[in-house]
Order: sequence, then C-alpha cells, then structure tokens
Amino acid sequence: MFEQMFEHGWVSVRPLEIDDPRAVVDQLRGRIAALEGGPTRLLVPMVPELADLVQLRTGGVYGVDSATLGLALAAGASQAGEWVGFTGWDDFGAEAAQQRGIVLGRTVLVPAPGEHWLEVTAALVDVLKVVVLRPPGGVDAKSASLLEARLRARSAVLVVQGEWPRCDARISAEQVAWEGIGHGRGRLRERRTTLVARGGGRVSVRADVVL
Amino acid sequence: MRTMVLWCPDWSVTAALLERADGLPDEVPHADVAAPAVVLANNKVVVCNAAARAEGVRRGHRRRDAQARCPEVVLLDANPDRDARWFEPVLAAVETVRPGVAPLRPGLLAVPAPGRYFARRGAQVDGEEAAAAVLAEHLVEAGVWDSRFGAADDLYTAERAAREAPPQGCLSIPPGSSAEFLRGLPVTVLADDGPEGAELADLLRRLGLVLLADFARLGAGEVANRFGGYGTDVWRRVQGREVTRLASRTPPPELACEIAFEPPLDSAEAVTFSVRTTAERFVTGLAERQLVATSVRIEAEFEEGVSARTWLHPRCFTSRDLVDRVHWQLQAGMASSGLRSRKSTGETITSGVTLVRFLPDVVEPAGDHADGLWGGGAEEQVVRGVARVQAMVGYDAVRVPVLQGGRGAADRQALVPWGERPVGLRPVDRPWPGRIPGPAPSRVFAVPLEAEVVDEASVPVAVTARGMVTGEPWRIRLGRHWCPVASWAGPWPVDEGWWLASSTGASGSPGSGRAARFQVVGVDGRAWLLCWRAPGTWEVEAAYD
Repeated sequence: MFEQMFEHGWVSVRPLEIDDPRAVVDQLRGRIAALEGGPTRLLVPMVPELADLVQLRTGGVYGVDSATLGLALAAGASQAGEWVGFTGWDDFGAEAAQQRGIVLGRTVLVPAPGEHWLEVTAALVDVLKVVVLRPPGGVDAKSASLLEARLRARSAVLVVQGEWPRCDARISAEQVAWEGIGHGRGRLRERRTTLVARGGGRVSVRADVVL
Repeated sequence: MRTMVLWCPDWSVTAALLERADGLPDEVPHADVAAPAVVLANNKVVVCNAAARAEGVRRGHRRRDAQARCPEVVLLDANPDRDARWFEPVLAAVETVRPGVAPLRPGLLAVPAPGRYFARRGAQVDGEEAAAAVLAEHLVEAGVWDSRFGAADDLYTAERAAREAPPQGCLSIPPGSSAEFLRGLPVTVLADDGPEGAELADLLRRLGLVLLADFARLGAGEVANRFGGYGTDVWRRVQGREVTRLASRTPPPELACEIAFEPPLDSAEAVTFSVRTTAERFVTGLAERQLVATSVRIEAEFEEGVSARTWLHPRCFTSRDLVDRVHWQLQAGMASSGLRSRKSTGETITSGVTLVRFLPDVVEPAGDHADGLWGGGAEEQVVRGVARVQAMVGYDAVRVPVLQGGRGAADRQALVPWGERPVGLRPVDRPWPGRIPGPAPSRVFAVPLEAEVVDEASVPVAVTARGMVTGEPWRIRLGRHWCPVASWAGPWPVDEGWWLASSTGASGSPGSGRAARFQVVGVDGRAWLLCWRAPGTWEVEAAYD
C-alpha cells in the first residue's frame, strides 16, 4: 500500500522555507561535528555593526587594534547569554563596556595577570566563550599554539589586542573621524570608522562603521 | 523542682576591676580585689564592695562623701554592658558543670538544683551544698572569688537565701519551708529588688513593720489596697502562695567548627587539604537547621598570632568555597608580594598553622538560596574555572566590573573581587551634575597619566575660577610625545571634596578640589579625556580608544 502511495506521488516533500539554506547546512554540519567530538568551528553571535566584516568562529584567534573593537567583538556573545572575560586589561572601562552591550554581571576581569597571563588565559578559555587578551609583550609561537589547541578543544574564541603569531583575522581601523566635537564646543557623540579585516587567506574586507 | 541561685555580690565592681586588670599588661601590678572600690553613676555610688562598706561608704552617697570616708577608694564608672559582658564567662563556667543556666541579671543566675547526684557517699553535707562547692571551685578557676549560693523550692526564696549565704557557701532552705524563711527576714532586704523595693522597705519601716513576718500578718485586702502590685507580690510570696519557677536558657546551637593541627602545618596546601572535612561538617551542620551562611569568619591560629578575616559570598558558601577562602587567606597572610603563584607559597610561610576555625557571621534560611528546579547550574563551571584562576594569582586579582555613580570616569566604576559582594557603591541613578555626557571612554586608567596642554604660544592652558579656559588647547603632551589638537570640547568644571580638607575626595585622589575635564581629539583621530586640576596640573583620566 505504501509503495503504491509513493508510486502515485501522493506524498510530496516540499523544501522548508529557509532564508539561507547554506548557512543552515553549515550550522548543522558544525553541530554534528561537535557531537562527534571533532574540532568545530561554530558560529559565535556578533553585534550587527560588525556582522558583515568578520564572523567569529569558535577555536579562532582574532586580532584587534583598539579597546573598543575588543569590547564590540565580545558584546555579541555576552548579549546571547555567554560569559566573557578580559585578561590584562588594567584600564577596563566598565561603562563603555555596558554601552557596547556587554552584560557586566557575566564578565570576568583579570586586570593584571602578570607573568601568569598564559595560564590565566588558558583557565578562562576553559569556561568562557570569548576571552579578550592584552598580552604583556611578545608571544612565542609555542605558547600561542598551546592556547590555540585549548581554544579548539573548548570551543572558545580568543580576541587579542596586540601581537599574536597567527590570527584568523585581524581587524584594524583605517580612518577615524569623531562627530559632534568642535573647538571648545559640543562633545564627542559618535565615531565613524573605516574598519578593515585582513588575514585568514581571504581578501580584505572594508566596512564603514559607527561605533 | 528545686532551684539554686548563684549570687556574685557587687558584680559591677568585680566586672570593672576584671576589665581594668584585663586591659593592663601582666607586669603592671593589678588592683587588689580587696581594695575599697565603688561604681559611680551621675556622681552617686550605685554599687560598693565589702571593703568600701567597711569604711562607711553606702549606696546613694555622693562621690565626695565616699571619698571623705575612704580617701583611697577606687572610683569606677557604671557600665551595664560591661557587667553583662564579664558575666558571660561565669555563665559558661557554670554551664560546663550544670546545663540549663538562666541568667537573671549580671551577677545573678539560677540553675536547676542538681539534687542528690552530687552527694558523696558518707559525706556530711547534702547534695546541694556539695554541688555549690563544685560550682564555687569552677568559678574560682574562672577568676571569680566571691560567689554565694542559695537553694530553695522557688526562685525568689533561692535568691534571698543566696544573699544570706556566707562567701562561697550555700544556704539550703528545706523543702516546704520557703515562706517560713522569708518571714524571718527584715523588710530592708526588699531594697535589693530595685527602686520600688526600696520604697516599700522604707514605707514598711516607717509603719513599724520590722520583719517580713509582720508584713505577712496584714490582710490580703489591705495589702492590695495600700501597697500596689509589687507589695501584693511580696505579700503573696511571704504567705507561700506565689511560686516563681525557673525558665532556663537553651544553650545556643554550636554552629562554629574548628580543626586543630598537631604538629602545626607549615604549608597552605596542607592546611587547605586538611580543612576539607571540617568545612563539610560546618556546611552540613548549618544545613541540618535549614540554614546557609552568606558571611563566614575564618580564623587561622599561627604559632605567633591569629589571622582572621570575614568573607562574604554573593550567594551562599559551599564547602568548596570555604576551602578556597582558607587557601586565599593563608596565601595572602603568608606571601610577601602582591602576586602569588602556586609555587611560591611554600617557602614564604614562617610559622605553622595550629588551628583553623569557621564562624558563621550571617546565616540565612536555605530556602532563599536554593537552586531552581531547572537551570541555575550553568554558571557552576564558570565559578569553578574562576576559582582555579584565583588559586593561581590570588583572590583579588580576578574582578567583576560594576557601575556606580560619580563624575570622573574612574569614579563611575568599581572592580569588585570575584566572589565578594559589592558594598558601599554610590548610587547610579542620581543626576551627578558635572559628569561628561555621551559615549563612555573605553579605557579608564586606574592611575591617571601625566600630561601637558599648551596653547598656540606654548603657554600652558589653565582654567579660571569662573570656569573659563585661558587659551585654546593647541598641542598636548602624552608621555614624551607631543600631539597637535584637532578638536576639543569643555571645560566641564567640578569642585569636589572641598569639605574634606586635604583628605581624599570623592574621586579618590588626594586633594581633589577644583577641577575641569576636557575631551580632546588629536590629529591622529585618538580622543582623550583630560582633567585639569588646580593649581595647574593636567592628567589623562581615560581614552576613547
């Protein structure tokens, strides 16, 4: 009887209405890989301003050149309910972080890890989704590879403000213009920045962003 | 049930002398307990000891009368709290021998009479006197020499008997003869009961009634009409009609836990490992009473001192949290540098830890802190991971940022150590006039950087008392680099902390007085929050990086 139904085409399979089928397939593949225990590249939520510039994936290292960018990259995950951490930030601006969208109640801050910065970062990577690191000086390739292995195993993202041997992408500001300020008048209102993301074997991406 | 009352005569004097002796170092000779001493309130004698009484000093005398009769008298201030405080060890000493102690007032306590169990076989004294002797022996060990005991069927008679007893002796009133004993007393003993007792005693004396037996012969109606509620109470007692029973105190539950180390442990790790079961016992003991601790005092006794610290927890302490706190406290107390690592703690310990004690400071019902049926455990991993970081770099190296009110960028935030509750924050929802509006700076320097601002003619820019700039900022120096100014805004003048002369103001920096803040954008696009402080220094408070 069932064979009959198939033969006569009574049962038809319609594709689900999905905006971007490839993204869904990517995500499903990532989930399956995570279940199988392999290294995964899950998508990490991003704030909409930076979404068309770069996409954070777990296990990756991303370089930034300013504190604001570091806060903005961590904000998406924080808003999505994840915990984020900042290591080596002895000048953390809590109010700016909150204005960027970081939930301070789910933020761990290690202002001065000193000589233990690598161990501290590794321990935070174990439990936090996004760790923003300001390394104290040069980072050798061995320490970097140790931390990258830990990142892949724990499905976390490392954002580095400073030098790092290999970055999946490096985001930097090309042009900065402040709005709302004159000579003795007004105040800083917003910053228009041209950001460029390089690296990762892809062409550079430029985007004009208001931060 | 028979009741025994312990009376320490002139307790205020004893307590005051004990406190004086306690405050002095051992080398200084103590004031003699047998020296005449009086306790004064409002320049009148309220309590005097036996030696002072022998010199003719009486209750109610003025200070100069007391000194006239006895020039060497020791004058002490009245302090009811001190009397109660020093009576606490006496209660504890009695409680070790006989549970169910009821403190009546400082210097006076009651216990259920121990009965026959203290009587030795063949001894000539009865059980109550033997028990009193045992108690007196314990009290002498605790430093209280003069104690008197009375035993009777009811509390009131026992107290009267104690007041009639010889020093360290016991007056035992046989069962059923309480009223008879009371009737044999003079009416002046009522003065011990307080002002209304003194008034009644005075009245009865003037009426020609010498003994309480004379008072007992009055009729019930007359007493009720003439002598009020207190008089009726006394009359009923001497008639043997009113029996006051003893309400004993329940010993408070022992929630504190401690562990002693013999021989002393000289490494923080060893102590941390050893306190694990004690911490579990502490938490279990609280849990049995449906309680959790949100604030715990941890005391660690060294061979040469005690390290004590009160730890707050944002939720409630588990045994693992307590073990962590012990670890941090020992590390912090022993290490010399601010930054500790796991390796470096071993050598810095100089003396061994002999005892660790957990004292619950604040306990709350466990129901308020229970996890929900679903969820709530997601943070568990984070808490564990952060505890690992704290073990590496010290508990105060991991912070949680919180916002607070203020005007400067650094004033508007606080970094609270992970696992502690933020206390003493300024409210955010106040207007805070003078603060900088707009986007907040992303980098806030804990210590402001030194800077210099000059105008076009290289003259340093300053701010007048009326809040006007003396020149337009043209170039700024940050560190050693000069940077031309592209645009600037300000000043936002504030005058903080002028009411705190030369001490720390609200901004935390010493001598914060008149100040003005500027936003400055350099030609390279970087923006800074600068602050000018009177009389003329510039500093970089924050950066819009």
